[in-house]
This record gives sequence, C-alpha cells and structure tokens, in this order.
Amino acid sequence: MSDNVLPEGLDTFPKLLARNAVQWANVPAYREKEYGIWQSWSWSQVSEEVSALAMGYVALGLNEGDFVAVIGRNRPYLYWAMLAAQAAGAIPVPLYQDANAEEMAYVLEHCGARFIIAEDQEQVDKVLEIQDQLPNVEQIIYYDKRGMRKYEHKHLNAYEDVQAEGRAGHERLAPVLKERQAKLDENSTCVMLYTSGTTGKPKGVVLSNTNIIASAKASSEFDNLTMDDSVLAYLPMAWVGDFIFSIGQSCWTGFCVACPESTETMQADLREIGPSYFFAPPRFFEGLLTNVMIRIEDASPMKKWLFRTFMAHAKKVGPDLLDGKSVSFGDKLKYRIGDLLIYGPLKNTLGLSKVRVGYTAGEAIGPEIFEFYRSLGINLKQLYGQTEASVFITQQPDGEVRADTVGVPSPGVELRIAENGEVFYRSPGTFVRYYKNPESTADTKDSEGWVATGDAGFIEESSGHLRIIDRAKDVGKMSDGSMFAPKFVENKLKFFPNILEAVVFGDTRETCTAFINIDLNAVASWAERNNVAYASYQELAGHPKVLDTIQSHIEEVNTSVATDEMLSGCQIYRFLVLHKELDPDDGEMTRTRKVRRKVVAEKFHDLITALYDGSTTISTETEVTYEDGRKGSIKATLELRDVAVVPIKKEVAA
Amino acid sequence: MSDGYVTPDGRTIGGKVLEMRNITLRFGGVVAIKDISFDIREGEIRAIIGPNGAGKSSMLNVINGFYHPQEGEILFHGEVRKPMKPFQIAQQGVARTFQNIALFKGMSTLDNIMTGRFTHMKTNIFSQMIWKGPAEREEQENREIVEKVIDFLEIQAIRKTPVGALPYGLQKRVELGRALAAQPKLLLLDEPMAGMNVEEKEDMSRFILDVNDEFGTTITLIEHDMGVVMDISDRVVVMDYGKKIGDGTPDEVRNNQDVIDAYLGVDHG
Repeated sequence: MSDNVLPEGLDTFPKLLARNAVQWANVPAYREKEYGIWQSWSWSQVSEEVSALAMGYVALGLNEGDFVAVIGRNRPYLYWAMLAAQAAGAIPVPLYQDANAEEMAYVLEHCGARFIIAEDQEQVDKVLEIQDQLPNVEQIIYYDKRGMRKYEHKHLNAYEDVQAEGRAGHERLAPVLKERQAKLDENSTCVMLYTSGTTGKPKGVVLSNTNIIASAKASSEFDNLTMDDSVLAYLPMAWVGDFIFSIGQSCWTGFCVACPESTETMQADLREIGPSYFFAPPRFFEGLLTNVMIRIEDASPMKKWLFRTFMAHAKKVGPDLLDGKSVSFGDKLKYRIGDLLIYGPLKNTLGLSKVRVGYTAGEAIGPEIFEFYRSLGINLKQLYGQTEASVFITQQPDGEVRADTVGVPSPGVELRIAENGEVFYRSPGTFVRYYKNPESTADTKDSEGWVATGDAGFIEESSGHLRIIDRAKDVGKMSDGSMFAPKFVENKLKFFPNILEAVVFGDTRETCTAFINIDLNAVASWAERNNVAYASYQELAGHPKVLDTIQSHIEEVNTSVATDEMLSGCQIYRFLVLHKELDPDDGEMTRTRKVRRKVVAEKFHDLITALYDGSTTISTETEVTYEDGRKGSIKATLELRDVAVVPIKKEVAA
Repeated sequence: MSDGYVTPDGRTIGGKVLEMRNITLRFGGVVAIKDISFDIREGEIRAIIGPNGAGKSSMLNVINGFYHPQEGEILFHGEVRKPMKPFQIAQQGVARTFQNIALFKGMSTLDNIMTGRFTHMKTNIFSQMIWKGPAEREEQENREIVEKVIDFLEIQAIRKTPVGALPYGLQKRVELGRALAAQPKLLLLDEPMAGMNVEEKEDMSRFILDVNDEFGTTITLIEHDMGVVMDISDRVVVMDYGKKIGDGTPDEVRNNQDVIDAYLGVDHG
C-alpha cells in the first residue's frame, strides 16, 4: 500500500532534514522568543544542531530502536531532540508536560525508555521522583541549567554538554549515524505517541515514516502550504497534531515553526508572529471570543455601537465573501469600511490577521463562535482526526465550510459507515499498531486495514460531508427506547459563554440530567458588572443568580433539542452546578481536556443519585489534587434545580 | 568562624562582606538601634527579624547609607566605611527593595527594571542625545541584562504592562527584578513577603533561594514572618526594642528564650 506513496529519497526524517539543509540552507526553520527577541535557526543550523545531539546520544550509549522520551513545552531544542532521536535510529516519544509523576511513570514504564530529554528542573524532578519504578531509565538530559547545579550528575547531562561531546567525537560518531540512517526506510517507526486515554490507560500508537510523511504531504497539498507559511507551536508536543505540524509538515514544506516565549505570553507572541497557518481547539476560540465580549461590555457606548453595527453586517455577508459568493456592491463597500474600523484591528489584536488556513478540531465548535471568526474573514475550518490516523480523516475544503459537518475525506482516506453508525476509515496514515497491546490493535484495526474511530456519524448525501453525532460508546438508549447522545446536548450547552463544561446523564434512565461547570472568566465579569460579591469559585458557582442564568440557558437548549427528531428525548429535566472545575489532575478529564465520563459518574455518584431522587439540596465532599500533587478535600452544599422541558409527542412509545 | 563555614545543604560561605560594630542610631532622644554588632558573610542568606518597631528597617537603612549611626563603625570588606550617600553605596554593589513598593507606577515592567541599571550607565547626556554609537551600545548591553532578569523571574508576560496595573505580588517581583538588574553583590530585601498570600510567599522564597544559588549573591532580608525566614535563612539576627536579642542559625534562634519571650510575650508581672 505504501510503495508509491512517498517520493524516492524522502522517506525518512533524516533524509528530509538533509534535503532541507541544502535546499533551504538559509531559510528560517525554527524561531523562539528568548530574552525578548525572536531568535531564529536556519535549516542548515538545525541540521547541525540535530546531528551534534544525535552523535552525543550515541556517545552516551543510545541504541537503535530505543525509545527516547521528550518532556517539556514547545521549544526548538525539544523538537531537535526528537529529530536527533530519529537521526540516531531511535524512536521519539513526546510526553505531556503537565502530566503528574504517576501518569509519567506509566508511560515511561510501558515504553521502557532508556533516555529522557527533560526541559528543565521541574521535569527532571518528576522523573527523579519516580526513578525507583523505572529500572530502564539510564540517562536524563536537561536543557535549562537553572537550579540544576546541585544535582548528582552521574546520569544527568546538560543538553549543551551532550552536543559538545557529540561534536568532539565527530570523526568517530558520524559514520555510526550514517550507518544507522541507511537502515531506516519508509516502514521504520517514526514516532510513538500516547493517546490521551478518554477511557482507561493511554495506549502507545506506533506510527511509521509513511504514516507521518504521507499525511504531512497530502495535507500540505490540500491547503497549498509552502515554505512561506508560518505557524506558532503552542499545543502539547505529545499531541499528534503538533507532531504533524511542527515536524511533519514543517520538514516537508520547509515552513518556519515559531515557539512562544512562555505559556503565558502565547497570546502576545501570536500577535507578533501573525501565523498564516493556525490550529486551535474550540476551547481556544471560545475563550478568545469570551474575552472580546467582556472587553466590549466595558467599552464606551460609541465603540459598542460601532462593534455591534459592523459585526451584524459581517455576520450577514462575511462568510459569503470568504466563500467567494457574489455580494452586492453596497454590502461589499460596507464590509470594507468595517474591515478598516473593526475587523482589521480586531484580527490584529487577536493575532489572526494573517491566517490563511485555520483549523479547529478535537471537539465540536459552537456555530455562533465558528461564524464569528468566519465573518471576520478568517478562514477557519473544521477537521476530524485522531492519533491512529496521523491526524487527518476528514477536513473541509475552502469554500465548503459549515459549522455542522467535519468535511470530506482527506486525500487518500477511505470512509465507511458501519451498520451501527460507527465511522471506519483506511488511509496511508493508518497507524501500525498499539505498542505491546495486540488485543487492542486487533479490536481497532481489522485485517484489511479498516480502523474503527469509536465515533458514530453519517455521511450527508447532498454534500458528501461527514457529520459526527457522538462517541459510539456514549450513545445509549433511554428507558423508553429513544436515542441518548450526551455529547450532542453537551455541545449545545457549552456554546453558551457562561458554561465551560457540561456532563449529561440519562443512559437507561427515564429523563436526562446534567452537571454544569461555569466559565469563571465570563461569570466573574458578569458578577463584577452586576455587583455580585463572591469570595471563591465555589461561592460564585452556587450563587442563586448564576443558577438562574444557567437554568435559562438549559431551557433554551431544551427548546432546541426538542426540534430534533432523533434526540428530542435528551432534554434536561434537572441540573446542578458543580462546586469545582473538572480537572485533569483529578483524573476527571484527559490532558487534552476531554471529560472522562465514567470517572465523573463514579466520583460524583452521590450527586447523580440526588439528581434522580428529587431532593433540592445535597451536601457533598470531594477530593481534590493540588498542583504539587498533595491532596485535599472540599465540602459543599449544592442546590439542585428543575428545568422546564418542551413536551414532545411520543409516537414511538405507542 | 572567621573564615566562613559550610551550610547544612552544602554551600560554602565565605568571609565577612559587611561587619557592623557597636552601632547606635538615635533620632533626637529616641534610640532606634542600641549597640548592635553582627556580620554578613559572602554568599549567605542573612535575616534580621523582630516584632514591629524593633528597628529592623532602620538597620537596613544604616547598611544602605540612608541613615548615619551616631556611634559604631561599619566595615565593608574589612575596611571601615566612611559616611557615604546611598548612591555611592549602590555603586559599591549594594541594591535593595522597599517595604512599601517604590516603583514608577505609570512605567512598564521593562522600564522599571531598566532603572536598576542606572548606576552602570556611563555615557553622558550629550552622547545620549546623539544616541548613535556609545549610548546605543550601552542601552543594548543593559537591555540584555534586564531581559535575563525578566527571564529569571518569569515575568515575560508582563514585560510591557504598566506596573500600577499589576497585582501586589507581581509588583514585589518587579521590584526584586530592579534590584537584581543592578547585579548587586549584596542584596537587601525589606520585608519581601509582607502582605502576600501563601502561594506568593512560596514563589518569592523560591526566587530568593535561586538568586543566591545562581548568582552567588549575598542576601540580607528583613521579615517579621518567622516561618518563611527560618526556612530560607542561614543565620538570623533577632532584634527587639532596638537591641539584638539573638544571633545564630534558625535552630539556635528558635530555642533562644529571649526570642521566644519577645515573640510570644512575657509576663512582666
């Protein structure tokens, strides 16, 4: 299948890097803001840094086929650490930098990594903490020297020193690299990425060079990405998307990857870089829009009026202009004026003014949010993918962008919908196997190469676009036999700025109920403007006025759900607002911030019982984990409320 | 102990940077400091603690040259220091922060920290007016040092924010940044943790330890929060009513009866 996918001589990353170092020797490959200035490295410099590090690895005893774990935030040095692992015939395994020691221990133990590349003291400390459980770990290499002087350096090395050693041993080590690289081909393992684990333990997804390079190539062609594009790398390095963008597509097309100065400066750095190719989860766009709206609320009446007037116009004609449909001259002119006064400056402030191709994926995005950005003239599109597919399953071509679909199959991808509605795909990007887990591999991928996505969906006949309903596992039946799709309702709820997260229950029950997490940004701003005093998240979340607002949101959602033929049974009868935010540190969410439904249901089972037994208040105590790993507990008394539902005709029941 | 000592965590402490000998400071008839002697050694974190009004800030102002004691002498690197103006002392490598934040509220974090480089600026007003050449080079060198401080204190995100708009804890950090920008040999911190919540205190403690560890800066700090001081200091001077009532390692001080009396009160009946 993979024979003719990749061009001759470009089937591994060391080869791509060598090509780039010659072809684009002086073109910037990576940038990072440090000491207030954007530093940049050209492809030839990157190639030198990578081979120095790779030789250093070999000098330290890295073997072919070893796993090299990489932990830290997006920094050029860490991308090079992954490229260097490949150059030395090893396999990079990026980990989530905010993972706690326990989660890290599982992954490190599972892959048996001998080398660990850690960004700084914080990450080194985490590894040292769990070292007793990890007999395999032999070398820890850290980039940032700060605070590291006092550590015992028997198995610890600074990144710089490893590179220096590699450079010093050039004559001896370069032939070793050459020999190892000659053995690599399109079927060699390129990278191993761990799934975030919505259900159960994370699984190590083995992806070959064909998987990554073919996906990078096809997707670059799909959106005409070239050397002149630029991206900001700020999403977790352990996520498959970041690997495809910041390593795959970047090495393929030669575009420059910029890394923010720190996590907090991301927004400012985004504005300075002005990427042309941008990727963000819906959560990011929601947060940005919420901030804009909060600031508009505080603006002067004149500015408010301007914003409202022109945004209304943008909503009317913006998407059409973006899709190249014809618009009357007057409307065009008004849009141009709006661009001058509102859209342009706003896009500039958001750092999105140069975005030519923008993607949102991972979750459904609210139609209003989606349209807001599109009406500004930002070409935001949707994509459906997963780690097992090397990201791309379906994506929206320019001119066919809609809020309710996830697009047509990506180039080279075949789609099939099973009888139970589950989506299957087959593509050059399809993963090789799950590491040390043949049962799961067999469950997910059949002998013909078809992979089960675990999502239920259907292909819209009129347009050929795929529509996703929900996780296949989560789709259930209510006690009267009607369909229960929690995500469908949750997404509708989450589209309200005040609601950050929602979890809907109702499988095998008569009615649906919900847990709500408020969005502290939006609700706190509202509280400030309405003189509502509060001392903590918990107090704000339990405020009667907040509950009133949430209740009205849910009633709106019920009205909308009632109009859906299949899912009208999913209206919410009762709800409560949780006293704490669902948090990855407590295991309630994955590191990519997807709710772990089962964990939530078990942890808060007393609250679910209360939702169904008709009580109006409930006292509860919940264990929480602090950032440093200590545990504590919070107590709260929550109010449970009934919500008005729209009566529906029960024809099915008859 | 004349040639330094080794701390429990393995740092080697050097000779005396500053020695106070029988210092007495009076304001009219009020005796703020009465016959106090102690030393500060190279590379150590030295704390001066005591209840409110004990004379701690006055002591810091004596070290920093703002007040001139009526009696006693101050030895700086083994030599008696003549009465000097604060800026002359700053030029000798002594920087400080203030109990009540003394930043330029309307200026950005970056500009505020840049002012810490003032004592190192050598070009005169004329070459600064011409700008090209020496003045520009000097500005670039100074900016680089300031950027390293910003990176060290992890305040990149507020580089351009006016200081007045920052929360209190961050303002304190900016003030520390300004003192660090002077690349001091001796850093004086006047209640660096006053008014902070637990998390901010932990952060600040971390930074103080890191400064000491990374740059080898000698640090003298004043605090009335005993807990934090005991955790991060090598040696502690305890003052009460202008007098020294204890001096030693945190453990020694903690078990000193006079100190316990001063903090917990004593029955005078």
